[in-house]
Amino acid sequence: MRCVRRWAGVLPRLLPVALRRDRVAAKSHTELPETTQLPAADCLGPLYRGAARVGGLLGGVLATANAEAVDLPGDRADAMYHSFIGGGVVANGPAILVRKSLEDVVSLSAFNYVDMVSNASIDVVTTASPYKETRVETGVGLDYVYRDALISLTASTSREPDYIADSASIDVAQDFFGGMTTVSLGYSKGWDTVEKHNDPSFSQPANHWQYRLGATQILTPRWLVSLNTEAIADEGYLQSPYRVARVFGAAVPEVDPGTRTSRAATLRITGSVGAQGAVHAQYRYFWDTWDIRAGTEEVGYSQYVAKRWLLDGFVRHYSQSHAIFYSDDFATEETYMSRNRQLSTFNDLGLGAKGSYSIVREPGRYEIKFTAAYEWMRFHYDDFTDIRTGKLYSFDANVVELFLTATF
Amino acid sequence: MKLHRIISLSLLSALLLGGCGIEPWVKPYERERLADPIMQSSRDALADKHHEHVYDVREGARGATGIQGGGCGCN
Repeated sequence: MRCVRRWAGVLPRLLPVALRRDRVAAKSHTELPETTQLPAADCLGPLYRGAARVGGLLGGVLATANAEAVDLPGDRADAMYHSFIGGGVVANGPAILVRKSLEDVVSLSAFNYVDMVSNASIDVVTTASPYKETRVETGVGLDYVYRDALISLTASTSREPDYIADSASIDVAQDFFGGMTTVSLGYSKGWDTVEKHNDPSFSQPANHWQYRLGATQILTPRWLVSLNTEAIADEGYLQSPYRVARVFGAAVPEVDPGTRTSRAATLRITGSVGAQGAVHAQYRYFWDTWDIRAGTEEVGYSQYVAKRWLLDGFVRHYSQSHAIFYSDDFATEETYMSRNRQLSTFNDLGLGAKGSYSIVREPGRYEIKFTAAYEWMRFHYDDFTDIRTGKLYSFDANVVELFLTATF
Repeated sequence: MKLHRIISLSLLSALLLGGCGIEPWVKPYERERLADPIMQSSRDALADKHHEHVYDVREGARGATGIQGGGCGCN
């Protein structure tokens, strides 16, 4: 199948100023004279004493050399196993990401991501036959620092037996007001080719344009707020060549409009809690020309435990209204008809946890971490029925990520 | 066109205001907690990409997450 949506670049997005400066702090740590100590540092734990010391130096660096305000993403290598199991779908596989800077001006990155999909979802088992396929995505990126700006270029390609997606993007982040505000702009273009099993003559294009505008603002020494907006325009073959709609119970090929424009805005606030914790809350509102309206709410908490553990937990809720051309069973044949449950009225709830353990650590030089993340999700559809039972459809899903990270 | 205008105005305003010399009310040496990795919205790019992919292929909404995702594979 199957996707009517492309993979965009995967490479690290522009980070708020405070986050990028962490790299400066880490680098500066080894050069810190032992006599440099903030007065309040004695009241903090070992972790924050270290942070306070590098923070003091960081302050000096930023105050005296504004050109240091933006910094490249840190060097790192990740090897991950990922898995999604739910609704008759099993999708898993490996992924790797490597990032290395050159001369502290340019950072190069590359990734490879494999999805091995075994699909026996309700769409497939009620209208076709279960299948297996593999998708491989590869991408490269380049980040470049120029004065107070970070410029990022990425390109990626995703291949599966009946879907090809290529994309390229450019993002720019710029600090203002002494580093209090970071403004980011981004643009991506995607070129997809939709094909069909057992029909070599079938090939349809789909193009995508994405425009991003965001800002992150430091509110206080403990609180950050960010607003990200994104507009996406699609044109071409935006439906599935396999999926069917229903008219009075009879299956007919689905027909989606050939264009779609969507907009989304996310407001997020993050705060430091206590000596070693952080809390965040965010809300995204989404609307598009297919008449879908959606809201996403999320709250989460992160906490260092002992010297080597970092634990995270979150709750996420999503709900949406259906597209104007969606129906579980149309009463009359219409120009556009879809029974894609992704376009139906539904909601999902997710409960997630993540734990990272620092296996080896040499502060300011390198670290190797193991991380395990899990999310339980429940999807409930309000106007999509399981035609085998006649009841509204719902399912549970389990999402797992296991990965090793080396930073150096 | 409207979007281009908004982006252009935002960029122009930011550039003009950038030269106004507004005094930062949080000094650089007060930002140590903000620089901690736990304050980041995305600490692990690969894991966040996978999660974003899970959402993108099952939910109608998309974008403005700060993470580029998308995808396939699969309803």
